[in-house]
Amino acid sequence: MEPTETLAERPLDPASAAWVRDLTAEGARRENAVRRVHALLLGACRAELGRRAPRAGLTGPDVDDLATQAAADATLRVLAKLERFRGESRFTTWAYAFAVFEVSTVLGRHWRRTHERVEITQDLWDALPDRLGAGPEEVVEARELVGLLQQAVERELTPRQRALFLAVVVERVPLDALVDELGTTRGAVYKTVFDARRKIRQFLVANGYAVPKGGRP
Amino acid sequence: MSGPGEQCGLDRLLHVDPRDAGCDHARQVLHAYAELIQQGDRTATDRYPEVAAHLAACGPCEQDLEGLLRLLNDPE
Repeated sequence: MEPTETLAERPLDPASAAWVRDLTAEGARRENAVRRVHALLLGACRAELGRRAPRAGLTGPDVDDLATQAAADATLRVLAKLERFRGESRFTTWAYAFAVFEVSTVLGRHWRRTHERVEITQDLWDALPDRLGAGPEEVVEARELVGLLQQAVERELTPRQRALFLAVVVERVPLDALVDELGTTRGAVYKTVFDARRKIRQFLVANGYAVPKGGRP
Repeated sequence: MSGPGEQCGLDRLLHVDPRDAGCDHARQVLHAYAELIQQGDRTATDRYPEVAAHLAACGPCEQDLEGLLRLLNDPE
């Protein structure tokens, strides 16, 4: 989980340099630039929420409301982090990334407001192979695997790893909903579940289960 | 926790790629990574193997990349 490359600093392209110049100016010039950034990000948030709306079960008024929230937060992020912009991409690409991240954040918050957490039951475990896309020929093996998974979860994981693994994998709570619930970062939740998966993998190997070799799928 | 790939979710669940740099690092470089892909630069995954490994395993970050690419290809 260690990054192997950092971004190389590049000279800013003219359009990006103009954005930075305007946003670091004073008075009306800066205010105008902030309004333009906000407009840019509002459009981006609307488009991104429109893309994700069907899967999230969102309708028109919700999309507009969440886009407004996300655009406001994304604008604040851009302004707060502007001094870190080094031109590794165009300014607008860098800014769009904050729009996308804030859309994920508001969708996580929205999921929490519209869903109840449920108790982990055996039925949820039994449904796991189907939900994870096991084919008919794999279902019997997958059911045996579920039994081993349950043992691994009980025996090998810390309480926090167990809670987050069960929430993400068995209950299918979106990562960003857990981020909102726990007041942490997506990276922290992911790392905890990653470590849980690694322990479970080791447990399965130790118990003779032929897990796929590591590496990128 | 699903991502792109042809394996079933159970196999993917058990993949733990040591190159996976996690969400925080992926988010820091996603803008540069996305721009390389948008420009058709095939070196993106070679230059950022830790990001490619992460995106293959993290559905939410893969969604973010997809959204960012959509915005780059069809800017508002």
